[in-house]
Amino acid sequence: MASITQDTAINTGRITRALIYLFLFLFALYYLLPFGIMVLNSVKPLDEILSGNMVAFPDRWTIEPWLKAWSTAQVGIEPTGLAPYFWNSIKVVIPAVIISTLLGAFNGYILTKWRFKGDTILFGLMLFSCFIPFQIVLIPMARILGITGLAGSTSGLIFVHIVYGIGFTTLYFRNYYKAIPNELIMAAQIDGAGFFRIFYRIMLPVSGPIIVVCVIWQFTNIWNDFLFGASFTDFDSQPMTVALNNLVSSSTGVKEYNVHFAGAIIAALPTLLVYVLAGRYFVRGLMAGSVKG
Amino acid sequence: MLKRLMLGTVFTTLLSFQTHADQSVEVLHWWTSGGEAGALNVLKDDLSSKGVSWNDMPVAGGSGTAAMTVLRARVAAGNPPTAVQMLGFDILDWAQQGALTDLNAVAKEGNWDAVIPTALQKFSKHEGKWIAAPVNVHSTNWIWSNKAILDELNISEPNSWDDLVSAMDKVKASGKVALAHGGQPWQDATVFESIALLTGGGDFYKKAFIDLDEETLGSDTMKTVFERMEVLRGYVDDNFSGRDWNLASAMVINGEAAFQIMGDWAKGEFLRANKKPGADFLCLRVPGTQGYVTFNSDQFAMFNVDGNQTESQAQLAKSILAPEFQSAFNVVKGSVPARTDVSDAAFDECGKKGMKDLVEANDNGKLYGSMAHGHSAPAAIKNAFYDVITAHFNGEFDSETAVAELVDAIAIAK
Amino acid sequence: MSSYSKPDMTSRVQNILPKIVLSPSLFLILIFVYGFILFSAALSFTDSRILPSYDFVGFSNYIKLFGLRHWSIALTNLFIFGALYIVICTCIGLSLAIFLDQKIRGEGFLRPIYLYPMALSFIVTGTAWKWFLDPGIGLEHTMHQLGWESFEFNWIKDRNMAIYTVVIAAVWQTSGFVMSMFLAGLRGIDNQLLKAAQIDGASNFNLYRRIIIPQLRPAFLSAFVILSHLAIKSYDLIVALTNGGPGRATEVPSTFMYSYTFARNQMGIGASSAVIMLLTIASVIVPYLYAELKENKNG
Repeated sequence: MASITQDTAINTGRITRALIYLFLFLFALYYLLPFGIMVLNSVKPLDEILSGNMVAFPDRWTIEPWLKAWSTAQVGIEPTGLAPYFWNSIKVVIPAVIISTLLGAFNGYILTKWRFKGDTILFGLMLFSCFIPFQIVLIPMARILGITGLAGSTSGLIFVHIVYGIGFTTLYFRNYYKAIPNELIMAAQIDGAGFFRIFYRIMLPVSGPIIVVCVIWQFTNIWNDFLFGASFTDFDSQPMTVALNNLVSSSTGVKEYNVHFAGAIIAALPTLLVYVLAGRYFVRGLMAGSVKG
Repeated sequence: MLKRLMLGTVFTTLLSFQTHADQSVEVLHWWTSGGEAGALNVLKDDLSSKGVSWNDMPVAGGSGTAAMTVLRARVAAGNPPTAVQMLGFDILDWAQQGALTDLNAVAKEGNWDAVIPTALQKFSKHEGKWIAAPVNVHSTNWIWSNKAILDELNISEPNSWDDLVSAMDKVKASGKVALAHGGQPWQDATVFESIALLTGGGDFYKKAFIDLDEETLGSDTMKTVFERMEVLRGYVDDNFSGRDWNLASAMVINGEAAFQIMGDWAKGEFLRANKKPGADFLCLRVPGTQGYVTFNSDQFAMFNVDGNQTESQAQLAKSILAPEFQSAFNVVKGSVPARTDVSDAAFDECGKKGMKDLVEANDNGKLYGSMAHGHSAPAAIKNAFYDVITAHFNGEFDSETAVAELVDAIAIAK
Repeated sequence: MSSYSKPDMTSRVQNILPKIVLSPSLFLILIFVYGFILFSAALSFTDSRILPSYDFVGFSNYIKLFGLRHWSIALTNLFIFGALYIVICTCIGLSLAIFLDQKIRGEGFLRPIYLYPMALSFIVTGTAWKWFLDPGIGLEHTMHQLGWESFEFNWIKDRNMAIYTVVIAAVWQTSGFVMSMFLAGLRGIDNQLLKAAQIDGASNFNLYRRIIIPQLRPAFLSAFVILSHLAIKSYDLIVALTNGGPGRATEVPSTFMYSYTFARNQMGIGASSAVIMLLTIASVIVPYLYAELKENKNG
């Protein structure tokens, strides 16, 4: 593992290094720019925005848009702000992420360590499922949820996210587990360990990095999903993105851009937090797993 | 003892579930901005005073497209909302699917046939049955102007196309933007339908946009309409494309631009900026379309729901058409009531004018569904119009090609 | 478990257990992915409008589809956008990864900055981009105010150039993610080889071209799959940034499909465009999968 964390750094002169830093810095600006615009406009009074002052510092700073987006903005008939929808999203994201990650782990384990005839084709089928455009599943999925009685419920939405997460989680775990030597499994089998025991004792303990990758990927996708969240929920289970969309997309009403931006940042906070906190494990997980096909 | 207790609990649970189901409506809509949603609250309060609770299901986006997508999922799941905000031909499409309920009893009781304009009834009735309750009437042939600019440049109210062109020339010469416009397909089409109405008159409008008569669509008059759009293009600033309509309104409000052709919802932006109708801004009919009203109307279509919900559904329909709600809601929304017998006392100058125009246009047969807002033809046709109008306005076609393309596009979309 | 059954029974259970555990996932995928694809394919031969109908009309939806001017615009845009997006993302991702791998101070600070755009949904970020790219209020305006009067950047308003602004925003969103894939690949390379080559006097450029980059092949392939999937599915981005405009200049197949299925109530045509889209995806992905899985058999 030690050699993996070493840089492939080369010997360079001072000027080259300065240029490299400049390059990296310029790209950091590129990435930060839109977010900067959002932040600036979220602390600016609406009049300043509408008078054409969109890419400049506020003359007057205000925290009001943030408070409004969180607790008093109109996202429906009641001025509730985004707060109540936060909880709805959490209720969907957590079980969906856990279950789809677990399924992916088992699938990856089976496809690499318990191989059978035709397993590569099955894996191919699962991988291709990542590419299905979600718009085409909307109506048949709704009918099936209706028949099974899951329509308009949180469990229905969790189910949908699990189904369409399997492809990616399987891909990640399969590529990761492939690097684990088969000899380890064989030795355990000789010792009498069965299917589940090998999974718990040998595979799970080394799966940390790839679990992080899966969780980040699934968390981001599910948290930001709008189409399924809007279509398969009821009045009392709408997720955060639907509320955010209601806040920003009204068609013939007055648009409060500053509140929209504050709302967007609030809605993105959990994912941003996950990225910043788990970012380093993310690279490490990718490194150990998915790219080493 | 225990058994009885359990039975009792089960019974009361069942009972409370029943009463709950009896007295609630679930409403899918896309009115989520402050003013609109606040206005809808009036309806909610009215219902709750009658013991009906309101389960809110807002889905905004794409002028209702997102909500219509969700609706399809809900219907496919066999779980439709009680009532759904809907526009024009969408209502009739759903009625054809047999998904909508019969409101005739409520309509008869409330005398809807007499008080709701006939042009509107076309969208609220299917095969003789009332299926939807109209909330408002928006009209789209308005031109909003900054009074200070008009006064400064000595421009009087334009009454014809030529007046409008010379007024815009003056504005342009002064260095300001003559026409504030947002280059989005629906906004281009909103301008286009007014220009068509002023150029060809009511018959032309009806034949082209409602009857979809091929000869009219390919006529020289249509070519003139396209040519006039090119003229208007010359009065729009370079940055128009993709601009939201309310940012275009802001240009008029801030005195950067003199005119904007937009539906009456634009008034909300002016009022929010503390501008006074008549003093700071003018609400005029697009020159040459005086007497006519092109409208779109938000309605609540009522879906087939379980027997025990029909009563609350009927109550909802009744409350929507109540004159008090119609007045309260439309004062906020910028539109006018969907029934012609509501008092105009609470409305401002523009609202009063809008109500008067609606009654007159209805009486004279000059009330037409808006093409740009899905009240003259179904969604497929509407979008085919958008395709050609917006391509032409952005310079992809000259006017002659545009006319030919229009005939083709409508033929394909039919 | 083994103590209760005979050895051959145990091994039989152990043999069948993996398949049992795998089967729910497989069942779900077969029904909810492949079943639904078949359903869409069937719809593409019907006259479905607002809801699915089952009156078959043969190939007429496909004929209409290819007669539509803006379907061909959508396809052309997908090729322009897809090619540029994949190439630029890969180049930027690789360069950033290589530079970030030079023992850079503050790497831990820079990396999340490069990565975070993936976390944001485009519902609102699109507005920020739209403003920035708008010549009247964004970059061009700011440059003019700073005194650079001749500066011009109005691509988003120009129907011939607008698709490139979509590329700029899309690259912004995912190039950081690609960077982390390459960075991971770089960190996995054995350093001994490099040291040996450096001692042999290879130039830095040659070092990367001959030794390092070839070793990143798996990373290239993963990046390609993820990027092509994102390019084809891009929807929110375009809706938020240009909504297909100016005119219909930035329409792509995914916006086309959504608009025909849900906004124009022409579900039949929408479904036929979905089928074409899936075929396009398959033609890109299946060869990759084939190569990958073939290699897998040897390994």
